[in-house]
Amino acid sequence: MYWTRIFFGAGAMALALVFMSQTGKSSIARGREVYLQQCLACHQADGSGVEGTNPSLVKAKYVLGDKKMLVRIILKGMQGVDIDGESYHNVMAPHADLTDQQIADVLTYVRSSFGNKASAVRAAEVKAVRVKTK
Amino acid sequence: MNHVINKSTTMPRKALYLALGLCMTGLFACKGGGNKEEQSSSDSTKAAQSFAVKGGGADSTIKLPSGFMATIVAEDLGKARHIAVASNGVIFVKLGKAKDGKGIVRLQDTNGDGKPDQATGFGNYGGTGIAIKNGYLYASSDEDVYRYKLDSNFNVTNPDNPEKIVSGLLNRHEHESKSIALDNDGNIYVNIGAYSNSCQLEDRKKGSPAQKPCKILDSAGGIWQFKVDKPDQTYGTGVHYATGLRNVVGLDWNTTTNSLFVMQHGRDQLHDLFPNMFDTKQSAELPAECMYELHKGSNCGWPYMYYDQIQHKKILMPEYGGDGKKEGGKDAQDPVMAFPGHMAPNGLLFYTGNQFPDKYKNGAFIAFHGSWNRAPEPQKGFLVAFVPFSNGKPSGDWEVFADNFSGSPENTAAARADHRPCGLAQGPDGSIYVTDDSKGYVWKISYKK
Repeated sequence: MYWTRIFFGAGAMALALVFMSQTGKSSIARGREVYLQQCLACHQADGSGVEGTNPSLVKAKYVLGDKKMLVRIILKGMQGVDIDGESYHNVMAPHADLTDQQIADVLTYVRSSFGNKASAVRAAEVKAVRVKTK
Repeated sequence: MNHVINKSTTMPRKALYLALGLCMTGLFACKGGGNKEEQSSSDSTKAAQSFAVKGGGADSTIKLPSGFMATIVAEDLGKARHIAVASNGVIFVKLGKAKDGKGIVRLQDTNGDGKPDQATGFGNYGGTGIAIKNGYLYASSDEDVYRYKLDSNFNVTNPDNPEKIVSGLLNRHEHESKSIALDNDGNIYVNIGAYSNSCQLEDRKKGSPAQKPCKILDSAGGIWQFKVDKPDQTYGTGVHYATGLRNVVGLDWNTTTNSLFVMQHGRDQLHDLFPNMFDTKQSAELPAECMYELHKGSNCGWPYMYYDQIQHKKILMPEYGGDGKKEGGKDAQDPVMAFPGHMAPNGLLFYTGNQFPDKYKNGAFIAFHGSWNRAPEPQKGFLVAFVPFSNGKPSGDWEVFADNFSGSPENTAAARADHRPCGLAQGPDGSIYVTDDSKGYVWKISYKK
């Protein structure tokens, strides 16, 4: 009886986690936490970046466009690439140590914040890119 | 869109492949070795061309001490980095990126109303450094240093054929400005910034260990000395004058002490990389942005230590075993003056004029470009500071001289500045000039008794 209850409880929690990880809203909330820890220092609280140093994420084509490329930037980092004719001097370190879910969450947050309106990124999409870029 | 990848680039292979992949998507324009594609795509056979000078009038947005006034002498020049003013009032501005194929702007007041009305452009490369000395104009790209012959009216006689006096300096797209200063003995000093934040194996990556020893210091992270009149000098022919400097943009030769003074940009991201040792408030204030007086052989300690302006101590860098308290840098010299963190000192000028009140004589003006690495705390900077000097040493604390280049305190806090102070120069009448590499403004600041 006792074990059944624990088993049931754990099962419900697992179900809840799966549900949470698949709903956009909680993914955005989790993504915000990742953003504050990993991204804010350079891209700033409002995503507008810093002129000539760190590129803006606000309504940027590369943020709203191809998800695979965006995942690759997170996994591999970026340096010395001009965006819309502007060069940026800072280095973006690779963030391959983040989990597929964390990367999916933070990209979902970025793609739906700062005035951006683009589709969510799922962990499976991150995984597919990670396998190819290894 | 230009999709040039220079194969001789020093970018790490992985980053290069990624960049190549991104270029192919068509969303990014990619550049390899600095400004080379600008050079090849621009028409270098065209002589200097004239264009109108925009701007003018008093600018009450800039906050100054009583008795001073700021006038806009030019607008929309481009990424106006450093500036040099000749003894006849002709102004040369180096642009960070060539605009319409011209990377240097010459401004002249032809009608004597005190404001330049004629502009000409030449030099098809972006860069930062510019200086006038003994009949020559010196200018730097992010890899090379050039010099141009000037006539008695400060016209450039060889705009398309400068002498290349220094070449092949490292440019890895981080701290790439090659700022310059000249002494009175035929030497030019060039900053070669470290292409790194704190000499980690993987730059700015949390958990990546430090290089031990830091090999970056062999060819960057210091000041190199070259002869002003020898062609094609590079690392082997120059003198490795000073080391342990992460990145210097503002530097000036002090004629009182007969020595080079530099402003170092301190390291970033203490909290991001070491959240257990530094909270966001400490990380916003630390480490200090430092002024150093250099001599041949000077070592300022980067990346093994940083200067903590609150404890007034040299602290062991956390990448090298530090914890925010342990002292370090026994062999490193102390700064002459320490400023709050991350404000980005991009211009340094020792004032030798007679127009300003006595307290400014021989003192140092510093242009702070403004911070980004104080987030989530409010950003700081976007101002020109002043340090009084007496007998070659600071005679008081630093103070704000010209403020509000950002346009408002809110703009400053959010790092969304209208203008970013970068270069400083002194005019023949004792006024000083300030450049802005965001909107290409040049201000003249004068004192009216």
